[in-house]
Amino acid sequence: MVGIITYGAYIPRYRIKVEEIARVWGANAAEISGGLGVFEKAVPDYDENTATFAVEAARAALARRAVDVSEIRAVYVGSESHPYAVKPTAVTVGEAIGATPVMTAADYEFACKAGTAAIQTSMGLVASGMMKYSVAIGADTAQGAPGDALEYTAAAGGAAYVIGNDDPIAEINDTCSFTSDTPDFWRREGEDYPRHGGRFSGEPGYFKHVESAAAMMMERRGTRPSDYDYAVFHQPNAKFPQKAAKTLGFTPEQIKTGLLAPRLGNTYSGAVPLGLAAVLDVAKPGDRIFVTSYGSGAGSDAFDITVTEAILDKIDRSKAPSVESMLAKKKYLDYAVYARHKGKIKV
Amino acid sequence: MTVARFWRRIPQRYNLVGTKCNTCGDVFFPPRAFCPHCRRGGDLQEIQLSGKGKVLTFSVVHSASDQYSDQKPYVLAIIELEEGARMTTHIVCEPDEVYIGMPVRSVFRVLDEDGTDGVIHYGTKFVPDE
Ligand SMILES: [Zn+2]
Repeated sequence: MVGIITYGAYIPRYRIKVEEIARVWGANAAEISGGLGVFEKAVPDYDENTATFAVEAARAALARRAVDVSEIRAVYVGSESHPYAVKPTAVTVGEAIGATPVMTAADYEFACKAGTAAIQTSMGLVASGMMKYSVAIGADTAQGAPGDALEYTAAAGGAAYVIGNDDPIAEINDTCSFTSDTPDFWRREGEDYPRHGGRFSGEPGYFKHVESAAAMMMERRGTRPSDYDYAVFHQPNAKFPQKAAKTLGFTPEQIKTGLLAPRLGNTYSGAVPLGLAAVLDVAKPGDRIFVTSYGSGAGSDAFDITVTEAILDKIDRSKAPSVESMLAKKKYLDYAVYARHKGKIKV
Repeated sequence: MTVARFWRRIPQRYNLVGTKCNTCGDVFFPPRAFCPHCRRGGDLQEIQLSGKGKVLTFSVVHSASDQYSDQKPYVLAIIELEEGARMTTHIVCEPDEVYIGMPVRSVFRVLDEDGTDGVIHYGTKFVPDE
């Protein structure tokens, strides 16, 4: 069955505390952190962007398992912060992992769910027999306008998945999606920062799509929340996934491992891929994982995953840094240095 | 750097592909087509370098050209890779972290970009290997 052959994650080293951003804008830090459930977020270094995250994550995946890169025939990178408006990030990844030139490649955009869209495409290509391996990556260095609510959570990081069907470490039993035209968040061409519908983005956006896709998946599989060991939901903040999980009937214990937002912020296309990576870092054979992403605009992709014995003997998880170790290894920036890092000061 | 010149160097810049002389065993990065020791007796072959090495010497750059001015102060070092090749490179760390003998590993970063509307040059830098 089609599944995850190997995986890798990348989180940059720098953090800024929500408290520090609030101080600069004269906002109430306790109220903001309390409302979002986010206390700090990951910030890229000066010389990092979505392409460097994607390459580091893909290389981490390949460090864990000796995959024949000449059999990788597709690379898809999902992001809403591709470094170029025109010129694919995926070719840089393909070149950097040695998979070029006999491969196809493309960049995906679907707000925060472009990474899971890349996983679905890869599943189709592998399951149809068109290729042995396809690489799916979700990575972002998210932008929030200075002083905007998004600035408190817009973070950086990503994860990569090699999808194939020979000895996967986790089988993807099924995937389904729920999609509609919902203008809850957008960025027009040429604009530096996105805009959003404010309070509007919650109910008809996140909750409707996540809960519909998740319920559809459990109906298709004939499962209940209690059948799963872990659940990962898109996490634009820490509160939304907690609320959706509760409505659907998942416990705080089931979502704990994959809920990175309190210490990471919202890594957009990287969020669900990173949450799933954190689960795979500790998962045992037989563990069942429920995953639902969300992308504004709007849509949700749900996945039902079962970890196999191969996670013990076909990959060496210690050959690349765990999500937890990258979250722990951090250096705090003050707002002035953070603004330089993010290039917010226009001279 | 012209677009064409950068493009020709992508394999070595992205993936640390050097050359090894099978006659004397010396490893070169950037890759050489000719061994300076063995001359006509040299036998050069491409080699994928591991990206692990250590700092031989370094300096902290406080006064940088325009291209790197937003990154200063930064660390420039000569490192020796475990295969034996030596190279000059950026070490991505705080100036007070680096020391002679520090183990390093390669990472994929932006080297520079040709303005805000030009090509972004990616390549290899090094970070402390903890
Ligand atoms: Zn020689």
